[in-house]
Amino acid sequence: MVARRNAKVIKILVYTATVITFGVLLFLIGYILVKGIPHLSFSLFELEYTSENVSMFPAIINTLVMTVLSLVIAIPFGLFTAIYLVEYAKRDNRLVGIIRLTAETLAGIPSIVYGLFGLLFFVTYMGWGFSILAGSATLSIMILPLIMRTTEEALQSVPASLREASFGLGAGKLRTIFRIVVPSAMPGILAGIILAIGRIVGETAALIYTAGTVAKLPQGLFSSGRTLSVHMYTLSSEGFHTDEAYATAVVLLIIVLMINTISAIIAKRVTRT
Amino acid sequence: MIKIKIKDLNLYYGDFQALKNINISIPENKITAFIGPSGCGKSTLLKSLNRMNDLVEDCTIKGQVLIDGQNIYGDIDVNMLRKKVGMVFQKPNPFPMSIYDNIAYGPRTHGINSKVKLDEIVEESLTKAAIWDEIKDRLKKSALSLSGGQQQRVCIARALAVNPEVLLMDESTSALDPISTAKIEELVFDLKKDYTIIMVTHNTQQAARVSDNTAFFLNGELVEYNDTETLFRVPKDRRTEDYITGRFG
Repeated sequence: MVARRNAKVIKILVYTATVITFGVLLFLIGYILVKGIPHLSFSLFELEYTSENVSMFPAIINTLVMTVLSLVIAIPFGLFTAIYLVEYAKRDNRLVGIIRLTAETLAGIPSIVYGLFGLLFFVTYMGWGFSILAGSATLSIMILPLIMRTTEEALQSVPASLREASFGLGAGKLRTIFRIVVPSAMPGILAGIILAIGRIVGETAALIYTAGTVAKLPQGLFSSGRTLSVHMYTLSSEGFHTDEAYATAVVLLIIVLMINTISAIIAKRVTRT
Repeated sequence: MIKIKIKDLNLYYGDFQALKNINISIPENKITAFIGPSGCGKSTLLKSLNRMNDLVEDCTIKGQVLIDGQNIYGDIDVNMLRKKVGMVFQKPNPFPMSIYDNIAYGPRTHGINSKVKLDEIVEESLTKAAIWDEIKDRLKKSALSLSGGQQQRVCIARALAVNPEVLLMDESTSALDPISTAKIEELVFDLKKDYTIIMVTHNTQQAARVSDNTAFFLNGELVEYNDTETLFRVPKDRRTEDYITGRFG
């Protein structure tokens, strides 16, 4: 009897937790949609930002540019480091421990710290100024540990028997890694990249210090530009355009949804063999 | 004809000596079985024939393994060695790609890219592995969609596709059901006219059924090596007799 009552209590707890979690999420999304959609207008998507139309179009373009640029910088480093750690480094290698510790520490640091570092190093010391390049460089350092760790885990989860099979056929190490191991690990690697995109799109603190808040279409790598999140932050902190900030949130939500869908499709296509 | 000659082979994993002074000659176009209880070194010996032990950290090997008179622990290309000495593993391990690409992986590795040639190799290898008729209509399907027994025969076909001379089979039926096992045994029996086959097995009956010669290992030592019939009927060593009659192991 006691066991049955306990089971019932646990069941109720599980259901309550589920309802609360989904409730909060749904409320959040619903609230944003209700507050934002009525204020979506064509003037919000005009090419040129003015203080009247507060167009988010430049910010959308900046977000895309910054995302691609950060990934282009971070993915090769993350991927190759992970390959080194999993496939090449010997188990008792001291360097491996140090790299892992560093990556874990970096992954836990608040993004504002990256922002400060970017400000001191890229903006000031390198003399790049508040620029898309400085912002992307900062973001790429921020997402590097994430990409590295997820790739590492994905590579480790590839069964040793596949490597053996490849070596057993006379394939060399490079061929084994790039034809067998990396493709098998692709879903995991992509999952890491999707998470990284999420962090880039949602980032504000690190960017305010490095990419600045100029609301123009990017003129080049060294021009300042704000991403959607930064745009939203400035709109709401200025206090004059709270409604437009909600409209921006709607667009941000849709973009994130699109990114997730697209990457799910890519992941499916990659894994379908 | 002697295909493989192992001379004074000693193998260590760190401080642990896994193989002790092994001397054995393996004849061409015959099936040689390595039997013995778990941890006796039979798989380790098998893996030292295509240098798969190179993948194990702190594994040291002393002695010689001569294949066609050439010491494979001398100055040789390991990838070419593994092309010549193919391997089928304990559990089926097809690559997560199509059946066709699984078979074509080896030949492509060794520089064959012509579609016509690859088609030919794929058909020939799958035919040799006695699975062509079953799967010829779904070569583009994932190899993972096949049953365990079919996967293992695809793995055999994959090993045959690089045109090896020796085939090492590391307990290749231990993960399969009796019917698949019987099919593979039959297949191995047919393959011996073209290949030198060495099979490691836990299953003494399997060794007795399929092999021409049998070697019995215990604690890293070669206890007895003889033609299969003699070894099973009149074992010279007491320990061999105990093992094959099921008194231990």
